Amino acid sequence: MSESSATRLSVFKTYKLYVGGKFPRSESGRVYEVTDSKGKWLANAPLSSRKDARDAVVAARKAFGGWSGATAYNRGQILYRIAEMLEGRREQFVREVGEAEGLSKSKAGAVVDAAIDRWIWYAGWTDKIGQLVGGANPVAGPFFNLSTPEPTGVVTVLAPQDSSFLGLISVLAPVIATGNTAVVITSEKSPLPALSLGEVLATSDLPGGVVNILSGKAAEMGPHLASHQDVNAIDLAGAGAALAKELEIAAADNLKRVLRPQPVDDWSADPGTSRMTAFLETKTVWHPTGSLGAGGSSY
Amino acid sequence: MASLFEYAPAPESRSVVDIAPSYGLFIDGEFTDAADGKVFKTVSPSSEEVLSEVAQAGAADVDRAVKAARKAFATWSALPGSERAKYLFRIARIIQERSRELAVLETLDNGKPIKETRDADLPLVAAHFFYYAGWADKLDHAGYGANPRPLGVAGQVIPWNFPLLMLAWKIAPALATGNTVVLKPAETTPLSALFFADICRQAGLPKGVVNILTGYGDAGAALVEHPDVNKVAFTGSTAVGKKIARHVAGTDKKVTLELGGKGANIVFDDAPIDQAVEGIVNGIFFNQGQVCCAGSRLLVQESIHDELLDSLKRRLSTLRLGDPLDKNTDIGAINSAEQLARITALAETGEAEGAERWSPACELPSSGYWFAPTLFTNVTQAHTVARDEIFGPVLSVLTFRTPDEAVAKANNSQYGLSAGIWTEKGSRILAVADKLRAGVIWANTFNKFDPTSPFGGYKESGFGREGGRHGLEGYLDV
Repeated sequence: MSESSATRLSVFKTYKLYVGGKFPRSESGRVYEVTDSKGKWLANAPLSSRKDARDAVVAARKAFGGWSGATAYNRGQILYRIAEMLEGRREQFVREVGEAEGLSKSKAGAVVDAAIDRWIWYAGWTDKIGQLVGGANPVAGPFFNLSTPEPTGVVTVLAPQDSSFLGLISVLAPVIATGNTAVVITSEKSPLPALSLGEVLATSDLPGGVVNILSGKAAEMGPHLASHQDVNAIDLAGAGAALAKELEIAAADNLKRVLRPQPVDDWSADPGTSRMTAFLETKTVWHPTGSLGAGGSSY
Repeated sequence: MASLFEYAPAPESRSVVDIAPSYGLFIDGEFTDAADGKVFKTVSPSSEEVLSEVAQAGAADVDRAVKAARKAFATWSALPGSERAKYLFRIARIIQERSRELAVLETLDNGKPIKETRDADLPLVAAHFFYYAGWADKLDHAGYGANPRPLGVAGQVIPWNFPLLMLAWKIAPALATGNTVVLKPAETTPLSALFFADICRQAGLPKGVVNILTGYGDAGAALVEHPDVNKVAFTGSTAVGKKIARHVAGTDKKVTLELGGKGANIVFDDAPIDQAVEGIVNGIFFNQGQVCCAGSRLLVQESIHDELLDSLKRRLSTLRLGDPLDKNTDIGAINSAEQLARITALAETGEAEGAERWSPACELPSSGYWFAPTLFTNVTQAHTVARDEIFGPVLSVLTFRTPDEAVAKANNSQYGLSAGIWTEKGSRILAVADKLRAGVIWANTFNKFDPTSPFGGYKESGFGREGGRHGLEGYLDV
């Protein structure tokens, strides 16, 4: 960045966490070195602790009522706003993703474009998924019977290790689109695009605490989040087989919904709906309808 | 009981059912002994009479049954959906034909009133098979993409409270989607599953598609842990559900769990009291309260507490407890001595912790396992009887002042299976239903079930849904 102006030293960014709508450092005071694909130093990222993870769960729980209670239309507008904000900072993310993943400028551009489009995809789903997976059930009796999807609650997301930006957005957006709140652990090796995403979320009308982003080691924080009694679900996308098994066992303690890691060759492929439905509950409400029969009115 | 109404006995005839002195395991289309020759007795909970002796499956039998199911899977899953549908329609029809026999059998083996097996269990069992039969050739249109595939062999473990109905909930969607099944009924209620095996034979179901293993928890664990099982479906306690969730970690097995509950039944001050009382009674005394979705916590608005409790006590005094085969019986026997001991212990804890205990004057039969309908008042949220699932005819009564307080108390539970709302105000129903964290909500009614209606819980009441289009997902590779 600084080549063009020999007289001016560039300003580095201090990468910080995104928790409860604020940008704290790790309470542990720890950082770790983040390098590009060739080993060149890029930044010191916070090495989040289990206390940071617990704070993030508190923030996510606090945000859940408001976010899950917002209209689907409103959530769609906000997800769309995230895409707008990202589009405006496209160059920054092309650079960060290129450095993080060792991609050429054009390849990184394609990744960022796909990530922006992913937000658009899910922005459109917020007010449609309910009709897709819910509906009236034709029970054999005089009852109004309706099933509707509801968000599961606080979801821990272990973001993919390789696809640090498109992969992360591909697992995060479906979680919050339906009204869940999220605690995300970034790619350990390449956390910077994810941490910068926090700055986008903070300026997109997304209520603080809906998304909380922690950089660091999935293997260190994962067990605490998987066994946390106030977390309702966990997406293990970024966990290797051994860690995924360990965390699934821990998650059984309060019967968290678990999305096991699945091999993904191409994060830009059509994402379908399964990442949304994995974190939805179905609520079915019954009410008598009354009936107009020979015996007269009963309503 | 010196009752207001005296009834002459009106027992349903036992002659419609012919129980053999012994039964084998149903594996690969044949009844066979357990590999190690073990057997156990099943008794009638209302009389402690031994009904039959059944084979006790061990790990070797589980392995044999899973192999049979695996072998059958190739051809069964390759059948056109319309052919699988016809088998299931046949099964549904045979169940209807034999429903009186099965109702009497279920009442004998389980202890629940004939009124319930005849009017609730059996009609729902037949309807469930009929419903999922219709899905078998329509899976492309179920919303899971084109040509969704079955998972393979389903290992299913079911409880004793609705033995045949839980079997239907498990087997019907599994077969409709092209899976094959190894099912273990509860050790205290093995008979209706064995009669179902006979129905499979009558329907001409290819051998190995359905295998029934009677036995204890060790057989259930062996089935769940068997490496060649692709799908685990369990209905039972939350403690066992957690064990299963740990066992399947790191495998490819798909799991659905229907576990415990502590359902809140919320009565607002504008509710029609008489209807609400009927709903409360149905909510907690249906099937002796041995129902995972029972309305076991009554939350009543403070201003109508006394009036409601008076009506409720009056109503409970008219409940008829006794011979489950009697067509007038409301309250049957507790399923087992073990369950009776658990209910008894929890009720004693309730008293010891300071809640006020009340039961109507009620004479209990001298043999069998019985527990009088019981109310606890002055219950707080910290009391054991307000937190733990009792799984018996015991109702804990709490009060609230505002709708927000009702919602907060209702949601203050590790469970989230069912809830009830009683009010004449439509907007209040919808607002409260929206805020309750439970999978099934009954407004101005309770304990209604239907094959088209998804059933299942939030939080530690388990995951996955049974019934309706939703019920297909747990058996498809989607």
